Amino acid sequence: MDRYLWLIPFSPLAGAVLNGILAIAFSRSERKASERLVSFIGCLAPFVSFLTAVGLFLHLRGLPESERVVTQTIFPWLVSGDLHVDFALMIDTLSMVMVLVVAGVGTVIHFYSIGYMAKDRGFARYFAYLNLFMFSMLVLVTAKSIPVLFIGWEGVGLCSYLLIGFWFEDIKNAAAGKKAFIVNRIGDFAFLIGIFVVFLATTRIGHPTLDFIDLRHLVSAHPEAFAGTATVAGILFFIGATGKSAQIPLYVWLPDAMAGPTPVSALIHAATMVTAGVYMVARFSYLYLESPTAMAIVATVGAVTALFAATIGLCQKDIKKVLAYSTVSQLGYMFAAVGVGAYAAGIFHLMTHAFFKACLFLGAGSVIHAMGGEQDMFKMGALGKVMKRTSWTFLIASLTIAGVPPLAAFFSKDEILWSVFSSGVGPEWLPGLVWAILFVGAGVTAFYVFRAVFLTFYGKRRYTDEAAHHLHESPPIMTVPLIILAAGSVVAGFVGVPAVLGGSNVFHHYLQPAIGPVAVPGGELGSHMSGLAAHGEGHASSTSRTAELILMTLSVAIGVAGIALAHRFYIRKTALPGELVRQFKGLYHLIYNKYFVDEAYERTIVRPGYAVSDKVFFGVIDARVIDGVVNGVGVFARVVGSTVRLFQTGVVRTYALFFLLGLIYLIYKLVG
Amino acid sequence: MVTIHHYMVLSAVLFFIGVFGVLFRRNLIVIFMSIELMLNAVNLSFVTFARYTQSMDGHVVAFFIMALAAAEAAIGLAILVMIFRNRATVQADDLSLMRD
Repeated sequence: MDRYLWLIPFSPLAGAVLNGILAIAFSRSERKASERLVSFIGCLAPFVSFLTAVGLFLHLRGLPESERVVTQTIFPWLVSGDLHVDFALMIDTLSMVMVLVVAGVGTVIHFYSIGYMAKDRGFARYFAYLNLFMFSMLVLVTAKSIPVLFIGWEGVGLCSYLLIGFWFEDIKNAAAGKKAFIVNRIGDFAFLIGIFVVFLATTRIGHPTLDFIDLRHLVSAHPEAFAGTATVAGILFFIGATGKSAQIPLYVWLPDAMAGPTPVSALIHAATMVTAGVYMVARFSYLYLESPTAMAIVATVGAVTALFAATIGLCQKDIKKVLAYSTVSQLGYMFAAVGVGAYAAGIFHLMTHAFFKACLFLGAGSVIHAMGGEQDMFKMGALGKVMKRTSWTFLIASLTIAGVPPLAAFFSKDEILWSVFSSGVGPEWLPGLVWAILFVGAGVTAFYVFRAVFLTFYGKRRYTDEAAHHLHESPPIMTVPLIILAAGSVVAGFVGVPAVLGGSNVFHHYLQPAIGPVAVPGGELGSHMSGLAAHGEGHASSTSRTAELILMTLSVAIGVAGIALAHRFYIRKTALPGELVRQFKGLYHLIYNKYFVDEAYERTIVRPGYAVSDKVFFGVIDARVIDGVVNGVGVFARVVGSTVRLFQTGVVRTYALFFLLGLIYLIYKLVG
Repeated sequence: MVTIHHYMVLSAVLFFIGVFGVLFRRNLIVIFMSIELMLNAVNLSFVTFARYTQSMDGHVVAFFIMALAAAEAAIGLAILVMIFRNRATVQADDLSLMRD
């Protein structure tokens, strides 16, 4: 089975190439490539990946826990001096979870896209990009070394750009794509420097490597040699993650990324690509565990982002924007988890989030499809009567994100909250503060999601008669994926039932071999490992059992309170929100305009950037220096040419005269 | 008494008549004839030196030059005929295509 590992990323690549050929072949003609053929290729490719992944999953299950790693070298890639990097893939339990999520949710969304993108002119191009994305994402999560991961990292960024600007005829979409790409570049730059830092550190101790397995052994064996590196590289990697995973301060591209087709938002900007940063931090768990500073930064930024983005979500009118900020916020939860060393909890939430957020996005897509492109929730209302399946699945996913037991996010979110609360990261007050922020965030999350539910599917009808005329439930090709994902968000949580509720947290144990430092023969585990191991391992003492149960009850309570409040605001007393807005005009204005962060960036970074580019780089360096050199060469050639051409008269006799003069000169030299 | 000097002077005079012909005449046929004149001026000095030094080398070279001049005349005249057919002129000043 392990021989087929390469199929996981390369099957979508084949799909991308085939669909790309179809897209190019038909790009000049009036006719379109057959939608049946394109969607067959486009959906088969990720499905093959998924089947391979399931096969590998069964294969891994058959192995003893500590040996659950499968690797495959595709070809030797970079050999330069001390550096040897193969294009090699690896599946350990962490990669396995990611591959199953990416390929599984990805396949479902591919099927949904057949319905959503039907009759679009760029049908083949769309599937080519989507398959290319799958390839990049699967390379990212199966990479065996940092440079290979970086290929995937850049590849998903490219595909994200291509798909956000998919309808590039509208300049706004193209600009959103560009924004996503540029903001990501900022993070990628830090990530790249982080790679150099790691390589430098490994070179210094005489074992240059960028391979994950080697690196993990190396860091586990020489934790003291990596103490400084861990902080620097950890922070640099995290800056890379803030770009890709939309955390403060680089989150601004994600809400704009909603310009792309909705299945793209579901796949790339909710379920998979944006979680790459979380995966990456978990992949470097052994490095982060050596640096309490880096961990504290990750946890704090994650928590602050979680609440910050959730509050913005409160005032958005566009249904996709609400979900976008919700994604930013939920990613913040995951970072808070991996920041305190609860890697399994973070990845667990990543998985459940992939289900319910993809379901929410696809539900929103179904609504937008039915409303003929309308995204303003205040022009919807009471859609539940017409779109039964969409509204039910949306409701289930919303209950999940609100943390209602026993749906998936109840388990994952509570594991995060408990891990944060009981962790020992940073100064003493930090875990409590982070927990409080996340706790409030959970209430806000429940409120804004149910605000969206009530505004869209319940309450009074606010859409026009013309819209009502077109209104319809989406075809089965779109509703079946919704049902699958809703079912996923119901059951996915049961793999991680915590000990306190009588479960054994299977998920946590499954991930264990891939997380943290490896046991070094004769050595001790990393100093922080003992603290990490405490999570999830049956919380023995009865006080902590009680504390955990209390926290759990509290967070369910705040979730339910959020839902109840949303019900009161948007169903029972619909005048209430308007009154509140009038009362807190300044605050509403601030939140509605997203805290003016975009404007602040515009003033402090974008415009000075433009000014420097225009005045210095264009005005001086380009116009004077570079053009000066180029024009100087031209002028020199012209001056020399115009002088020499005087001798080229074209009159044979003049040449003969010069010939004679030259001859006389030669004779003079010879004789004299 | 005709000495070697007389031959040398005659050869130089003939040569420079050829040079001036090439430089200042416009008719290609005349320029052509001037070139022949220069070649024969050189021939004359070769033969003179051959007689003077009692060696056969100069004679040999003179014959070479004659053969070469014959070949050159054949090709040169052929080119001239072609130019005349194409341009209906043999004036060197009219043939300034490369300049324009």
